[in-house]
Amino acid sequence: MSQGSLSRVFLALLKRDLLLAFRHRAELFNPLLFFVLVVTLFPLGTGAETRLLQTMAPGIIWVAALLAAMLSLDTIFRSDFEDGSLELLLLNAHPTSILVLAKVLAHWLITGLPLMIIAPLLALFLGLDQDVIGLLVLTLLLGTPVLSLIGAVAIALTVGLKRGGILLSLLVLPFYVPVLIFATNAIEMAMSGMPVTAQLWILASFLLLAITLTPWPTAAALKLSLS
Amino acid sequence: MMSLEVRDLSCIRDDRILFSDVNINLFSGQLLLVEGDNGSGKTSLLRILCGIRLPEQGQVTWVRQSDDQKSSIAVHGQESYAGEMAFLGHLDGNKLDLSVTENLEFSRSLALGNNNTIKDVLERVGLEHFDDLQVSNLSAGQRRRLALARLLLSGAYLWILDEPFTALDKKGIAMVEREINAQLEQGGLVIMTSHHSVSFDNDKVIKLSLSQ
Repeated sequence: MSQGSLSRVFLALLKRDLLLAFRHRAELFNPLLFFVLVVTLFPLGTGAETRLLQTMAPGIIWVAALLAAMLSLDTIFRSDFEDGSLELLLLNAHPTSILVLAKVLAHWLITGLPLMIIAPLLALFLGLDQDVIGLLVLTLLLGTPVLSLIGAVAIALTVGLKRGGILLSLLVLPFYVPVLIFATNAIEMAMSGMPVTAQLWILASFLLLAITLTPWPTAAALKLSLS
Repeated sequence: MMSLEVRDLSCIRDDRILFSDVNINLFSGQLLLVEGDNGSGKTSLLRILCGIRLPEQGQVTWVRQSDDQKSSIAVHGQESYAGEMAFLGHLDGNKLDLSVTENLEFSRSLALGNNNTIKDVLERVGLEHFDDLQVSNLSAGQRRRLALARLLLSGAYLWILDEPFTALDKKGIAMVEREINAQLEQGGLVIMTSHHSVSFDNDKVIKLSLSQ
């Protein structure tokens, strides 16, 4: 299989998934709406005390982003599993891991990217320092793709089950926690004026590890779910 | 010249032996008709042969033979085999929110491909006037025809068809029989299950009965 045809099929699958998401625009906004609702409800629940909100802002935004990402995981493979096109994605001459990567990238563009775009607005709303808003977006840029990639392994394992919801959260949460810790820690450090290079490198290494290591278990888990 | 060799295949499902010691030799130009009652393991056998499911025992080998060389590969987990095989299962595998043409364009980018154009295959399956329609607007029989159009685009040597006549009308059934014959004449192989009686030349057809 030549390299050209591999990148062609990667782009074709990416295009197909984005087109399908576009035709389901209403569903597209669900994770985003959840994210915005959680973040905006927090000040109402805790009282609009500026200092309190400021210190909690990185945590609130990241926890909301993490839960929104987890809620949206099911859509990666569910519809393909139900209409039989998942079998066709496995039964062809192309390596499944590359196709998986295309699907996860599409999923991140649909669910992760909008969160990243709306996050600065919500950060301002919570009174986060303007200096660290750029850093918040950077941690989301490095962190949310990791959530999608790790989530894909778990969803591939549970897609064949009728009620995989609870199992899914048990599977992914232990892997999500380090991302959450390093991302929020970076923002808190920056707020008190300390260097954050270490945290950013660690997040970047999570991302590289996830990109290189998760497509194979995802492909294997999909085969297992279908057999 | 291609062939599919199946040796001592057995399948167990929920502690029940569905079938055991199945041996098949299928060569270019031949059709394997798998017969059996409901629940006798026809679909399981087909899913094993296309490589989705692992057999309990036995092996399935895909053999490519030319004048001077012969290569054989075990079917399971081999992407090169999956590229030369096209599977039509119970589910059509169409995306309901894409148009007929968009579905086929994506199928073609996945497959090895051949010289057939999308317009050609739509005419052959009788969907030429529906190319811009979303699949969710098609009837069950039309969706089945679209799934068959995907086979024609695939350029695969081996077709594995699970109940291809489901939801098709008489014209549709005749169309599928015509296309299967064409595939066999081009030196392709076909494996299918069907509850309908099929009309093919007897010398091309191998029958396998799974009922205990």
